Amino acid sequence: MSVLVDGNTKILCQGFTGEAGMFHSKNSLAYGTRLVAGVTPGKGGQSIAGVPVFDTVREAKQATGASVSMVYVPAAFTADAICEAVDAELDLVVTITEGIPVADMAFVKDVMKGCRTRLIGPNCPGIITPVTDTSGCKIGIMPAYIHRPGRVGIVSRSGTLTYEAVWQVTSAGMGQSTCIGIGGDPIKGLDFIECLQLFQDDKGTDGIIMIGEIGGTAEEEACEFLQSYVRKPVVGFIAGATAPPGKRMGHAGAIISGGKGTAQDKKAAMQKAGVHVCDTPSILGSTMKKVLGR
Amino acid sequence: MNIHEYQAKQLLAKFGVPVSRGIACTSTDEVGKAFATLAEPLAVVKVQIHAGGRGKAGGVKLVRSADEAKQVAAGLLGKTIVTHQTGPEGRVVKTLYVEAGSDIEREMYLAVVMDRSAQAPVVIAAAEGGMDIEELAAHKPEAIARHRVHPVKGLQAFQARALCKHLGLSGEQAKAGARLLGGLVKAFMELDCSLAEINPMIVTKQGEVKALDAKMSFDDNALFRHQDVAELRDLNEEDPKEVEAKKFDLNYIALHGNIGCMVNGAGLAMATMDVIQLKGGAPANFLDVGGGANKQQVTNAFKILLSDKNVKGILVNIFGGIMKCDTIAEGVIAAAKETRLNVPLVVRLEGTNVELGRKLLQDSGLNLHTATSLDEAAEKIVAAIR
Repeated sequence: MSVLVDGNTKILCQGFTGEAGMFHSKNSLAYGTRLVAGVTPGKGGQSIAGVPVFDTVREAKQATGASVSMVYVPAAFTADAICEAVDAELDLVVTITEGIPVADMAFVKDVMKGCRTRLIGPNCPGIITPVTDTSGCKIGIMPAYIHRPGRVGIVSRSGTLTYEAVWQVTSAGMGQSTCIGIGGDPIKGLDFIECLQLFQDDKGTDGIIMIGEIGGTAEEEACEFLQSYVRKPVVGFIAGATAPPGKRMGHAGAIISGGKGTAQDKKAAMQKAGVHVCDTPSILGSTMKKVLGR
Repeated sequence: MNIHEYQAKQLLAKFGVPVSRGIACTSTDEVGKAFATLAEPLAVVKVQIHAGGRGKAGGVKLVRSADEAKQVAAGLLGKTIVTHQTGPEGRVVKTLYVEAGSDIEREMYLAVVMDRSAQAPVVIAAAEGGMDIEELAAHKPEAIARHRVHPVKGLQAFQARALCKHLGLSGEQAKAGARLLGGLVKAFMELDCSLAEINPMIVTKQGEVKALDAKMSFDDNALFRHQDVAELRDLNEEDPKEVEAKKFDLNYIALHGNIGCMVNGAGLAMATMDVIQLKGGAPANFLDVGGGANKQQVTNAFKILLSDKNVKGILVNIFGGIMKCDTIAEGVIAAAKETRLNVPLVVRLEGTNVELGRKLLQDSGLNLHTATSLDEAAEKIVAAIR
């Protein structure tokens, strides 16, 4: 069991023929992902690595039945690519590209209002559902081999910190139902609340790891939601306790301003919501193991 | 990216925001000439640094003659100004802005910010300007009006009217205020700003509505489509180590501790800093080498870390995914040799080819410690520099 994607999900890749798109598409294919189409405007009609290439998302969807897109299109053109996928009424668009102007994302979110498509990212590692120890549905740039099928759901704003949690869960003899990297940008698709709801509703998930960062109030809002909706145990960590205010730490999201969104605030909100808060990411796996009694 | 007040005013003026006449100067002679050119009985000399709180720090002076202007300039140029936003090290003044004085009747606050919860620009306005807006927000939140700007269509006329009403503007002044607002929001949207702030916005005794101060920050990710704005960057206002790091695509931010860290990924880099602190140490920096760093980048990262004289030890924490651990190990070894590393080094590697990476480090003959978890790595480096 899993959320959003599983071993049957058919995906297409926008920006397929670019360097990043091709590299990560090959890795997705090697992991057994059903990557059935590539989309690059002007390059339709070819077939690369056994995958047919189309000029538009709509054509690719019609020809292959793909319902999810992963986007590696360069930042200047990403907003347009997402809008194309939304217009083609895909179920899910996973945007890996980083460095997208915030105003472009504000525009995208406005376009998406009332549409059926869900968005993950941008500026995120993507989403992965391990099906066996060596294969599953991998949509993104995460290293596949650290994952193992299991019953822990992971949702995180950070890339490598997610891998850290995944690896600990795997090393501790557990595994993941699905891991979602929601990305660190200020304006983005799915946030903690939607992911927590999906994991709560998923019969294949027993516990949830939630990794937040300083900046914004998404973690605080998620904690309010947790109290009213989530019955499964949640283990949490917030990065950035030592980051000085007003400094931008890599992620556009990781900036504290106006005295809101500090690590302290977020940890307090987590504690209040009954989250098992870790002071160091080194104990995310062992804490989950303890909490689940395994 | 931030720019100076005078640059922000020049940009805003193009969008119809009324500002006073002014001239940017870099020498006392220029300041004297500027006073004469303005030909006003009263002018203001303002230090141009990327930080607020300049007035309280003595960086804004009223002058009534060219001689007085020169005298004031001599006392400011080359001096270090410390405000609550500069940190204790302050900023060296290289540019002064000489501006025609204004007869202030009333001060207000006006800003546009990109707001993550509104997922759009938001206009913030308060009829009481001049004071600390964050304090006002905390103690008297009803004094602050907020209007979400449509991310495509911009500010609507009714919003401008409501904002002017909130600012206490009526009649001709309300019309002028609405024009100023329209210009400010247009500039914000067209130039991909993250912040455009006018504090204070004033009404003069003559009834004019204008921007007395201006601050603009831009979305770095959008600078590719605003070459003219990108050219306004003032490298004097940035940490030289941060500027150097940017050249190599490294994300570096200087801090005040003594343990240099090199990590891949922003979240893991922040977590590494946190754990160093948790174990009783103090991080000297944030450094994210990114997802695909190579040997050359690792070497450059080491050089930047070691150029910080406070660094007494280095912690490398890499979770190799795309980046293989043996590649990182080779980079660390080459960098340590090239820079003749003479401070303790702790390396924590995890991920692809980790065994190979650890073996390379152990066989390198370098004086370094390895660790398997982040906690262990932080404990080791904190102990090593004691």
